[in-house]
Amino acid sequence: MKSEFTPPIGKISNMNGQCISLIGNDIDTDRIIPARFLKCVNFDSLGESVFEDDRKTLKGKHPFDLEKNKNASILLVNSNFGCGSSREHAPQALMRWGIKAIIGESFADIFYSNCIAIGIPCFTLPKKSIQELQKYTDNQSLFLEIDLKNSSAESKDFNFNLEIKESSRKMFLTGEWDATSTLLDNKNLIENKFNQLPYIKFNTNFL
Amino acid sequence: MSQDTLFDKVWDLHKVSSLPGGSDQIFIGLHLIHEVTSPQAFGALKDKKLKVKFPDRTVATVDHIVPTDNQSRPFKDNLAEQMIETLEKNCLEHKIRFFNIGSGNQGIVHVVAPELGLTQPGMTIACGDSHTSTHGAFGSIAFGIGTSQVRDVLATQTLAMNKLKVRQIWCDNKLSKGVYAKDLVLHIINKLGVKAGVGFAYEFAGPAIHELSMEERMTICNMSIEGGARCGYINPDEKTFSYIKNKLYAPKNEHWDKALRWWESLKSDDNSIYDDVIKLDASKVEPTVTWGITPGQSISINQQIPLLDDLSPNDKLVAEEAYEYMSFKPGQLIKDTPVDVCFIGSCTNGRISDLRVAAKVLKGKKISKNVKAFAVPGSEKVATEAKQEGIDQIFKESGFQWREPGCSMCLAMNSDKLIGNQVSASSSNRNFKGRQGSPSGRTLLMSPAMVAAAAINGKVSDVREFIN
Repeated sequence: MKSEFTPPIGKISNMNGQCISLIGNDIDTDRIIPARFLKCVNFDSLGESVFEDDRKTLKGKHPFDLEKNKNASILLVNSNFGCGSSREHAPQALMRWGIKAIIGESFADIFYSNCIAIGIPCFTLPKKSIQELQKYTDNQSLFLEIDLKNSSAESKDFNFNLEIKESSRKMFLTGEWDATSTLLDNKNLIENKFNQLPYIKFNTNFL
Repeated sequence: MSQDTLFDKVWDLHKVSSLPGGSDQIFIGLHLIHEVTSPQAFGALKDKKLKVKFPDRTVATVDHIVPTDNQSRPFKDNLAEQMIETLEKNCLEHKIRFFNIGSGNQGIVHVVAPELGLTQPGMTIACGDSHTSTHGAFGSIAFGIGTSQVRDVLATQTLAMNKLKVRQIWCDNKLSKGVYAKDLVLHIINKLGVKAGVGFAYEFAGPAIHELSMEERMTICNMSIEGGARCGYINPDEKTFSYIKNKLYAPKNEHWDKALRWWESLKSDDNSIYDDVIKLDASKVEPTVTWGITPGQSISINQQIPLLDDLSPNDKLVAEEAYEYMSFKPGQLIKDTPVDVCFIGSCTNGRISDLRVAAKVLKGKKISKNVKAFAVPGSEKVATEAKQEGIDQIFKESGFQWREPGCSMCLAMNSDKLIGNQVSASSSNRNFKGRQGSPSGRTLLMSPAMVAAAAINGKVSDVREFIN
């Protein structure tokens, strides 16, 4: 658990940090943060409980417990990461542990949109490239400098491009990922839409 | 790109604007909230000094943390009590309709909204819960969202989203006797894989789907997300309309006729275009049980747990993890696996028809002495109906515990949990590691009828041997 946590705000364009590898396909949100930790009315203390059960099982050998990873902030994962429940507690727990960006083969839909909504860019790379990066981190530290403007990553041994959905990339660069105010800009359009919807008119006993 | 499907029509109808980043701003017709994923969203509204924009379009209930044994207040669990109190306070402050315990309408959010007639064709429905896809059974576009998105819906009644692609899953013929919607959806997830649905909405169609009751259709759509699709739906038909008619919040009188005409127009056109179409034969599906740690790792009751060599390279990694976690050997039969706990309930299979079908198997029989079994109705309405039909008595006489409504052991946020490495036969939706409350607990997903059969024999059994 890192010291002070400050949530990201505004435009996000660069992420520099050490990588931490977590190997496995279909790692679900119940594993990222078991349901018993969802009994809370804020997200503050979730960082220390990230992967709690997996970490207990591995008795200090889990990547999130290794001394060499304690300052890591870029997570390397495999396929379908974050599948299962919609709990935002999962990316919140990762973020509060110290994760600022994730690179993986693929992500589950709801997890991916939760990451955007809280300011964690998720990049994709082909399976082989991910595995190479993960292997590299076995023996040495991998410090990446990610530039979202060019969707590129650089380290002393590597220089490569990262994939990210164009709409997500734009949202981070403009700060629009924190969506509430952008959505509220269209106040009149929202009212108009509400008045046009057929079911609003015939559900008079609801309203 | 899909065209003229129900998904396209409903999406286009609800589109408010194209956002500068390239995503769509979508109006949410019905917003459902519960105690677990809403408190931080209300907190964020307070921080941003914002109000709930359309309080009438949000409906709340309490389900995840409620105890199912003793529901008197304050709850024994202080944290659970704090969560329900926070929801009560937020609903009161923001004038949001709340179906609390004892109201007669409380229950699992995805059971409650349809039974009150809140869920209707053509709506967009969002809720901070991945099983929101359930509501797609009515021809609505429904999907799970996270807490920041709950905040956005509360503040603006809209979401920033990218339009999904549409895959039609066409199911020919019909299910055979002793095979249920749960078996069909587990089969679909097994065939397509747990991540095939990423980026897609699933349209379930074909004679086998048409044949299903509304509650069975909800089981199918409920588990879309287990196949990676955050949204699954079925075109509305006569069954949909007659299910909704006369429900508390259903359109009434002259509004009913208008609603019906509009609902009829929403169906995917005969010549609509899909991004992908998959066809399968429902008559070939057999009672299905999961053996692993993802809902895609399932086999028919008479099959063996797959050998590593029989799996695709992509599935091998998780299969190895599953053999170890489940303590199963490749090639072993799933049938006759001893079970310790049997659970019937959840938003997947906790409705009255699920309880009826299990009660039919249990009637006049006793469950195994080695099994702890409990039935948790999906809502207060389901519980009342079950009591009127004497179903609670059948469960109790067989040795099942009969509990109060809630999510219960589907995700074990209350005191209903597995202990150690117990094996559970469960009518719920996820067999993830640790899902049912013990970090080494093991879950076998199956239909409610199959859970009842497993409870009687104390081991995984073929329910078809009970229903002839």
